Amino acid sequence: MKTCLVVDDSRVVRMVARKILEGLSMKVVEAEDGQQALDRCDESMPDAVLLDWNMPVMSGIEFLRALRSKADVTQPIVVFCTTENDMAHIQEAISSGANEYIMKPFDSEIIESKFSQVGLL
Amino acid sequence: MNVSDFDMITRILRERSGLVLSKDKAYLIESRLNPVARKWQFKNFDDLASALRLGNDEKLLRDVTEAMTTNESFFFRDSKPFDQFKAIVLPHLINARASKRSFRIWSAACSSGQEPYSLAMILKEAGASLSGWRIEIVATDLSTEILQKAQEGAYSQFEVQRGLPIEYLVKYFKQEGERWMIDPSIRQMVTYKTFNLLEDPMALGTFDVVFLRNVLIYFDQPTKSQVLAGIARNMPADGFLYLGGAETVLGISDSFQLIPGQRGIYGLIPSGAAAAKSAVG
Repeated sequence: MKTCLVVDDSRVVRMVARKILEGLSMKVVEAEDGQQALDRCDESMPDAVLLDWNMPVMSGIEFLRALRSKADVTQPIVVFCTTENDMAHIQEAISSGANEYIMKPFDSEIIESKFSQVGLL
Repeated sequence: MNVSDFDMITRILRERSGLVLSKDKAYLIESRLNPVARKWQFKNFDDLASALRLGNDEKLLRDVTEAMTTNESFFFRDSKPFDQFKAIVLPHLINARASKRSFRIWSAACSSGQEPYSLAMILKEAGASLSGWRIEIVATDLSTEILQKAQEGAYSQFEVQRGLPIEYLVKYFKQEGERWMIDPSIRQMVTYKTFNLLEDPMALGTFDVVFLRNVLIYFDQPTKSQVLAGIARNMPADGFLYLGGAETVLGISDSFQLIPGQRGIYGLIPSGAAAAKSAVG
């Protein structure tokens, strides 16, 4: 079973994402901000990260850059999931190492489609 | 909806589009035709049915048929057929058509254009290997309304997130307010035409590859056979036919056979093709 780390400061979004991902037979771990997410990755690297952009303490993009700079680890697939829906943000995410990008609002179909595209399903 | 209205509407749909609906799909008729009733300012569904019964308003009949036959679509739907296109079909065509450097693809019942545009993006990505080639993608649908949307190439945020890889969104779309516009270089690769699959496809010319996915399921057996025979007659011996994952040619056509190991892709059986051709003289 693959593990997905859901990083979002909204408890509701984490809950919805958890429900969808568990329905896709994934194990879900949660973090409320980028720093917590880095700590979770240090404990155990997930197969995938579903990542919000705007969060307190450490943003999604800062987390991603820190994650991608880690050497000697198996890098997870990172899928952004954010209300930032303009081309500039998408391009910044990709150039920083994101594998896919979801623009909120999302539903189970979009999550499933994106996770399939990156080979997680 | 009463039985008589159901029978009348399904007869209209069968005659005009080949669409066959069983009794358990009555709910679909009401849900799809209620917006048509509103658009035409009928008081209710019964009034729409009464107008249809008169059978003398061609535009209303067309609106009803289009509302029932328009189906949702998304980019790179089911992904596998497009992987097969890249891995098997395209390399074959590049090799087999090397002397004339051209081939034609038909996206039948293309709805809002996601399938032909997916193919166009794949061809664009093939870049240098197709430089100087003349490739035509002809996309058809019964509905002129949906073809207008396809031709415009404007999609919602929801639509561009279903099946479209993010790098293709960045590369081939431009954001305009709430809409995502496909790049003109991709849009210009596709020619749209209104076409009813009950007609002989000869008018469209011959096609090396035909995408007819999730269309046959709506037809009765004789119509399925007729459509496949028409495609077989207008395809070179090494052409490819794509059907939906749940569709088959078994019992419908003796012209096509599954390409071994490639679910959903069919090739012509030489004798079947000959028979199909001789049948039209």
